[in-house]
Amino acid sequence: MAGTENSQKSFGWAATDTSGLLFPFHFSRRENGSDDVTIKILYCGVCHSDLHSVKNEWGFTNYPIVPGHEIVGLVTKTGSDVKTFKVGDRVGVGVIVGSCKTCDICQQDLENYCPKVIFTYNSKDQDGTKTYGGYSDIIVVDQRFVLRIPDNLSSGACAPLLCAGITVYSPMKYYGMTEPGKHLGVAGLGGLGHVAVKFGKAFGLKVTVISTSPKKESEAINRLGADSFLVSSDPAQLKAAMGTMDFIIDTIAAVHPLAPLLGLLKMNGKLVTVGLPDKPLELPIFPLVLGRKLVGGSDIGGMKETQEMLDFCGKHNIIADIEMIRIDYINTAFERLAKSDVRYRFVIDVANTLASN
Amino acid sequence: MAKSPETEHPVKAFGWAARDPSAHFSPFNFSRRATGERDVQVKVLYCGVCHSDLHMAKNEWGLTQYPIVPGHEITGIVTEVGNKVEKFKVGDKVGVGCMVGSCRECDQCTNDLENYCSNFILTYSSRYTDGTVTYGGYSDTIVADEHFVIRWPENLPLDAGAPLLCAGITTYSPLRYYGLDKPGLHIGVVGLGGLGHVAVKFAKAFGSKVTVISTSINKKKEAIERLGADSFLVSRDQEAMQAAAGTLDGIIDTVSASHPLLPLISLLKPHGKIVVVGAPEKPLELPVFPIIIGRKVIGGSAIGGIKETQEMIDFAAKHNILPDVEIIPIDYINTAMDRLLKSDVKYRFVIDIAKSLKPE
Repeated sequence: MAGTENSQKSFGWAATDTSGLLFPFHFSRRENGSDDVTIKILYCGVCHSDLHSVKNEWGFTNYPIVPGHEIVGLVTKTGSDVKTFKVGDRVGVGVIVGSCKTCDICQQDLENYCPKVIFTYNSKDQDGTKTYGGYSDIIVVDQRFVLRIPDNLSSGACAPLLCAGITVYSPMKYYGMTEPGKHLGVAGLGGLGHVAVKFGKAFGLKVTVISTSPKKESEAINRLGADSFLVSSDPAQLKAAMGTMDFIIDTIAAVHPLAPLLGLLKMNGKLVTVGLPDKPLELPIFPLVLGRKLVGGSDIGGMKETQEMLDFCGKHNIIADIEMIRIDYINTAFERLAKSDVRYRFVIDVANTLASN
Repeated sequence: MAKSPETEHPVKAFGWAARDPSAHFSPFNFSRRATGERDVQVKVLYCGVCHSDLHMAKNEWGLTQYPIVPGHEITGIVTEVGNKVEKFKVGDKVGVGCMVGSCRECDQCTNDLENYCSNFILTYSSRYTDGTVTYGGYSDTIVADEHFVIRWPENLPLDAGAPLLCAGITTYSPLRYYGLDKPGLHIGVVGLGGLGHVAVKFAKAFGSKVTVISTSINKKKEAIERLGADSFLVSRDQEAMQAAAGTLDGIIDTVSASHPLLPLISLLKPHGKIVVVGAPEKPLELPVFPIIIGRKVIGGSAIGGIKETQEMIDFAAKHNILPDVEIIPIDYINTAMDRLLKSDVKYRFVIDIAKSLKPE
C-alpha cells in the first residue's frame, strides 16, 4: 500500500489526482540513518511548483503526492555520523534531499545539477521509496541537504528562501548581477520576483519591476524598495525603457513574449529565465545577434550556495513577505495562487495546524 | 539636385552593383571621397563573397539602398594616406571588414566594441557621416578611416585570407566571449559553410575537440579529412544525436535557416552554451525546461570590434589558419551567387578584383 513502505509514521496532506485537491494522508518516513537528521516541521512555504505538481501540469507526478520544499523545523534526532547538527537546532530543507555525492558535478557543490538528484517530493529515494515533502509533520534528510537558519530570521518568513530565495540568488551570482550600480529588471512580481527585488537592492543594483499589473506599482516601490516600475503591456513605457537594463530575471511562469524583454536589455545584456512555462517560448534571434545578448536558465542552487544565500539573508535581514495559513486552507490557497492573489508567498503553519486524526 | 554616384565624390571608382532585388550584378561607375586627413585609400586586390552580400543584394532584410556594391572581406594595398594617418603608409597590405565607421564615443566604442555601437556604419549600403551611401569591396578602390583598417600580416595570403574579415571575426569573437576558447573543450559547429568551416579551424587552433553537426552526411569526409574536425553528427540521425547528448561544452550555430533548437540544447553538457551567429529571420522555438534544468545559455554574436578583428587576423597568421576559397573573376559573380544559394562552394568565393575588374 502506498506510503507504508517505511517505518516512522508520518502524517501530512496529499493530492491523489489531477484535480490537485489535497486531503489528510497517513504515510511513513525511513528510520533515522547514521547520516540523517529527523526534523519536526514548523513551517512550509507554498511554492508555485507545488501547484504545478499536484495538478500534474508537467506530466511527471506520481500520485499520491505530498508537496512542499520550503521547510523550516527543529532537529529531533541525529544519526551517529552527524556532527554539524544537534537536537533542537533550527534548520531548513529545500528542493533537494539527495544526489550521488561523488560525481564531478556534486564535487563542485552543484548537487542540483547532478543527474541522480533526488527531489524533496515526488522523487525516488536511494532506497527506492518515494519522497514526500513538507506539507507534513516530520521529515528525515541526509545531513548534507540540511541547512542552518540564521538566528535573526523568523522561521515562517524565511521558509520561502529555501526555494524562491536560492532560485533567484544563484543566477544573480552566476550571471554576474552583483556589481553595484548596474540595472536589474525583475519580470513578474510573485514569490520569486519579490525576493529578486530584495536581493537586487542588497547587491546595490538599481531595480525595475516589469509587470502586466499596474496595481502592483505602489507595493513594488514603497514596500519592496524597487526603484521603478514598468507596465509591460504599455508600448510607450516599454519604448522609453529600451536598452536600459544590464540584466533581467524573468520569473514569469506562463508563456509570454521574450521580444519586449530582450529589447529592454542593453548591448551584451543577459536575460535569465527561472519561471517554468509549460510550453516553449518564441525566441527572436536578431536581437540576440545584433546586441550580443543572451538568454540563460538556472535551477535552484547547490547546498553550499543555498547556505551562502541564507547567511546573506541573515546579514542583510532579508525575509520573504508571507501570508501565514492553516493547513486546511491549502486548497483555497492554491486557487488564489493560480490567480497570483498573494503577497507574495503562502506559508503553512504546520506545527500549529497539522493534527493527525 | 541630387548628385549621382559618379559625381558625388571626386575620385572615379568602378565596381559591380546590383540595382534591384533580382540581385543581378553588372558594371557600375561611381566615385570615392577624397582621402581625408585620417583616411586610407586602398587599391582593392581581393574581396570575399559573404552570404550577407546576397541577402543584402536581394533586400531580404529591408535595409538595402540600391544600387548596392557589396563586399566586406576586402584586402588590398594602401595607395594614399591622409596627413594625420599614423598606422599606415603607402604600399602597406591591409584589410577592410564589415564596418567603416562608428560614433567613437559611446560605451561600446570606448570599449573596442564598435560593432555594437548604435550608430555604426557598414562598409556597404549604409549612410556615411557625409550623407552618402557606402559602397563595398566589389570595386577597384575603397577609402576608409584608418581606425577601421586592419594591418595585414606578411605571411597571410591576401586572397585566401580575405574571408577572415567577416567569417573569421564572426566565429572567433564568440568563441572568445563565451569562454569557448579553452583547450580540452568539446565544441560543436552547426552548418558547414563559410562561417562553419572557419569556426572548425579556430576551435581546433584553441585546442578543442570539434564535432561538425550537419543535415547532410555528404560533408563528413571533408569535415574530418580536410578541415580536421574530430567527429561528425548528422542532425537527422536521432540515434546518433541521442548518443551524443550532453557531450558538448559549446555550439557555434551558423545556420541561417529556421531550425529546431531543442536537439542542439540536448547536445550540450550542463552549463553549456549555444551561440547563434547565423540570422534566421523568424523567431526560433525556445524550450525553457532544458535551459533551466541544465543552466544552459543561448546567446548571439555579431562580427567583432576592430581591436579584436586585428587580434583575430594576427592569430590566424600565427596559427596558419586560412579559409578554403574558390577564386573567381568578377564576371562570374552572378553564377557564384546562384551557387552560393545552393551552398555549392567549398567554402567561400573570393573575387580576384585586381586581375578581373576592369572599367569598360
